[in-house]
Amino acid sequence: MAEVIPTKEMPPGLQVENVDDRIMTLNVGPQHPGSGHMRIIVKIDGDYIVDADPDPGYVHRGEEKMAEARNYITNIPHLERPVIHDSCNILYPYVLGVEDLVGIEVPERAKYVRVIAAELNRCIYIQYWLAIYGIFLGHSTMFMWPAGDRELFIDLMEKISGARVTHAYFVPGGVRNDVPANFEDVCLRQVNYFEKRIKEYGDIFYDNPILKARTEDTGVLSREDAIRLGTTGSVLRASGVDYDVRVKEPYDVYDELDVHTNVLKAGDSYARSKVPWLDMLESCNIIRQALEKMPKSGSIRTKLKPNPKGGLDEVYRRVESGRGAAGCYIVSKEKPEPYRLKLSVGSFRNLIALPYLLKGEKLGNMPAVYWSLNYWPVEADR
Amino acid sequence: MSTTETKSPPKDPKKETAPEKVEDTAPAFEKSYVDQIANQFSDDVEVEYIKENRTRLNVKKEKIIDVAKFIKDNTPFDHAESVSGVDFPDEKEIGVTYHLGSYTDPAYSKQVLALATRAPREETPNPGNDSTKLPSLRDMFYSVEFHEREVFEMLGVYFEGHPDNRRLLLPEDWADLPPLRKDFKNKGR
Repeated sequence: MAEVIPTKEMPPGLQVENVDDRIMTLNVGPQHPGSGHMRIIVKIDGDYIVDADPDPGYVHRGEEKMAEARNYITNIPHLERPVIHDSCNILYPYVLGVEDLVGIEVPERAKYVRVIAAELNRCIYIQYWLAIYGIFLGHSTMFMWPAGDRELFIDLMEKISGARVTHAYFVPGGVRNDVPANFEDVCLRQVNYFEKRIKEYGDIFYDNPILKARTEDTGVLSREDAIRLGTTGSVLRASGVDYDVRVKEPYDVYDELDVHTNVLKAGDSYARSKVPWLDMLESCNIIRQALEKMPKSGSIRTKLKPNPKGGLDEVYRRVESGRGAAGCYIVSKEKPEPYRLKLSVGSFRNLIALPYLLKGEKLGNMPAVYWSLNYWPVEADR
Repeated sequence: MSTTETKSPPKDPKKETAPEKVEDTAPAFEKSYVDQIANQFSDDVEVEYIKENRTRLNVKKEKIIDVAKFIKDNTPFDHAESVSGVDFPDEKEIGVTYHLGSYTDPAYSKQVLALATRAPREETPNPGNDSTKLPSLRDMFYSVEFHEREVFEMLGVYFEGHPDNRRLLLPEDWADLPPLRKDFKNKGR
């Protein structure tokens, strides 16, 4: 990093950089079609990246500040906005936390419905992410296939919740409404077809020698660094750490289901791009198990009192979202609104790895490394 | 609607929880590692709660580095999941809570240790140049780097020893109050 010359008049946060003739500075984003709503300030020496500085915040919406002014129920629709494709999973820790705070039990059937909805959402998110990864690497079939196949699960979620992406389906105490009458059959059929489809991705994408040449041994994150940097989700598991919140700290009914953790040892971009795909296959297994064990009838929601208040307490709950552990820290001060709500999300936690992975890489490898982090700019900014 | 208006007199959560009462019902495993830390720093560490899988220690800001070093070296907690700043205008303090977790030890994979400390708060903040400062834990837990940058811009807590106290999410020329302070009002509410 260039030397910083502080001056007294400068507002905190601004800095002046010395210019080096040899080093060229490139701004990737925030309008770049690939970077998403984020800028990466890349310094290159010839073709090699010597420094990368992620600059998120272009879609910062102050979700945490907004949550302090809204009560526990009206917080639901806006808290899922950071990642609309994975809206169930981003709401999950909040809903679990509020249940702890106000102390209500969730009906058994609602727990299973939640798990199914969360796994469907995980697949919807990963498919979207995978489609962009495909087009990043110039593989336009891999853009079309996941973008088309995720419609299967979007349709299912639309049948359940009435909305295609922003479901606002989870509420403290259960889910908002019951699944439709023939849901089990339709869901099973869609899941089986979906699984058959995504297995084909192996042939066209993951065993593709061009993909392997571009992603293998690029952006290698060692196991020690993955732990030290506190990465999470697919990034962590691609570096050989066996950690999945669904297994390690099961919430709702995950302890009654057989969940397999996909761990790869290589730690390169290829492994990081493969783990989410394996997770989708695992999600299909989980959904089938949940459909089988789900009580066929029963309550799906314990009604809360109007305007529920938490005690003088705090709670930290976490779940496994599509991008890693999503944590929600709620400080309650006997008010209908949270005193402080903090979302600790996978994208934000994995971002710290980006400068490490890019240093020493060729500029052409940047998209393959950056998007393999399973990064969602809007979620990181909140 | 203002969240800063308190209808009831402000209560201090620290005084509400009597430590003896907490430890009677505390789960054994969680109590064992909390005791290990608390015994080492008898006067400087206050055990706020020991719940199942979740524990919280309140540490004075002068001792936070020592406690973090001890946790890093003697317990399996190896990364910070989240760093949350909480504004307490009534107590003229800003709390910072580090949620620590463990990837390396399967026995600790459920545990989240909240390590909390407090910085003094000034009515008219001047981020970086006022007394609202805390030592950075980046040397012990590297993963706090971006989280501490976020706390700095959102609450104005300057982390001494952090190499990169620049803005992260806010615009570089943000000149208003740190937005997560309670006296920063949401427009239109």
